[in-house]
Amino acid sequence: MQLDDLYRRVIMDHYQRPRNRGRIENEALTVDLNNPTCGDRISLQMKLQNGKIEEAKFEGDGCSISMASASMMTETVKGLKVKQALQLVDLFSDMMQGSEVDLEQFPLEDIEALMGVAKFPARIKCATLAWKAMEKGLKNEYKEGL
Amino acid sequence: MNPYKKDFPIFKQTVNGHPLVYLDSSATSQKPFQVIEALEDYYKTYNSNVHRGVHTLGTKATDAYEGAREKVRRFINARSTKEVIFTRGTTTAINIVAQSYGRARLSKGDEILITPAEHHSNLIPWQQVAKSTGATLNYLSLRQDGSLDLDQAKEQVNTNTKIIAIHHVSNVLGTIQPIAELAALVHKQGGIIVVDGAQSVPHLNTDVQQWGIDFLAFSSHKMFGPTGIGVLYGKEHLLEEMEPIEFGGEMIDEVGLYESKWTELPWKFEGGTPIIAGAIGLGAAIDYLEEIGMEQIFQHDHALAKYAMEEISRIEGCTVYGPKERVGLVTFNLEGIHPHDVATVLDAKGIAVRAGHHCCQPLMRWLEVPATVRASFHIYNDDADVDALIKGIQTTKEYFGYATR
Repeated sequence: MQLDDLYRRVIMDHYQRPRNRGRIENEALTVDLNNPTCGDRISLQMKLQNGKIEEAKFEGDGCSISMASASMMTETVKGLKVKQALQLVDLFSDMMQGSEVDLEQFPLEDIEALMGVAKFPARIKCATLAWKAMEKGLKNEYKEGL
Repeated sequence: MNPYKKDFPIFKQTVNGHPLVYLDSSATSQKPFQVIEALEDYYKTYNSNVHRGVHTLGTKATDAYEGAREKVRRFINARSTKEVIFTRGTTTAINIVAQSYGRARLSKGDEILITPAEHHSNLIPWQQVAKSTGATLNYLSLRQDGSLDLDQAKEQVNTNTKIIAIHHVSNVLGTIQPIAELAALVHKQGGIIVVDGAQSVPHLNTDVQQWGIDFLAFSSHKMFGPTGIGVLYGKEHLLEEMEPIEFGGEMIDEVGLYESKWTELPWKFEGGTPIIAGAIGLGAAIDYLEEIGMEQIFQHDHALAKYAMEEISRIEGCTVYGPKERVGLVTFNLEGIHPHDVATVLDAKGIAVRAGHHCCQPLMRWLEVPATVRASFHIYNDDADVDALIKGIQTTKEYFGYATR
């Protein structure tokens, strides 16, 4: 069990200096999600336009992994089509299960650093909180289909 | 070397390359081989259902099951085994009181008093009963250190107060609450007291008669016994008047096509095949606790918590929550490092602690923290475990200091 596999430098950077932390001024899709087993909570906001995520911001309380994951996710999904964002959710979920993922498929950017979380089963839920919030919000918004 | 550690087979292993330092006994305690063997013996040599067959094994199983009830009675000093009901655990025990006693006795205008420091299991059942009966749920005041403000309570308890439900020892702060004084207070106004003993019964001498309490709920798995079994103690005259909340086999006297009659106490509350192995295991755990002696256990756990609290308080950036005098645990936070991250670094060193809200979300809000780290102790722990924890906390600080630089 190597702690450095979990706490990669880039993760700590996002934890200390979170990107996209705050609220979206204008009307936006808001999803509040808790992790009731540990008390982490996130409030994710997304501004959607023409099937695209124009803007994404978050607020919340949680450990380094959950907050860094939210920071990285919001950074990556900005500008993505909703369909792509949902595919990314699946890919991230596979990554957390420790499955092989096709990294060519997506611009994962910093998110790749979270790959080590898969080796810490107790922390997977921390990493997936923001992603579950995004999935819930988008699926609810587009339940009639994309 | 701690003389009791050898009784607990789990310590024969290493975790992540380190000897196991188990500091999560408030979540669940480890099991001595005496308990594990009692379970094995039942399943291997006299596994049978109780209270029915006339065969030899059935009689042996019934004797062991009812023998365990007598051990519990003696352990908590109940008047009679009629007052000792086996349940699935503390949660179920409290729910029986809330669902049966609460629903039948409460109506609009009545008051239930609890504290902001209750475990969710002694909070939600009362929220639900208040909603369904129209009774009001109110909160007793806590002092800054989490102990009950008895002077305030004297002002607060009134003739509408039908139930006080309170923890004896806090699972977050280790506070010991003055339950005997509260019992006297509420009895004067015609109400009753329900005590959540999940964290007290495993660590200190229990005497329901001396305390004068009406109900006591506790779990076996926090006192060296198996999971899946606990106890509801209730005064006989109260239990006698209460309706069961589970219906089925075992709990009946006579069954007709449209009406049935219940059997006598304590079995009227034990519908279905009971938790036979669990009760036998709990009995073995009580034998083990009594052999050491509850006074000795209290002193041991108290001294460890005191030592840990003093040492942790000395670390820069550490905040310790709760009173000076406490039972068997220390809850703290490290400035700038989330409890989960602390727990993960400690785990890498083989040290098991709890991180999170400890099933006490209102108490976390009261403390104004999202979560905390908790180290809790029992008889198999010693100063060396505390020293390992202190070293682990230092490592955590260094690690995060480095990682975030």
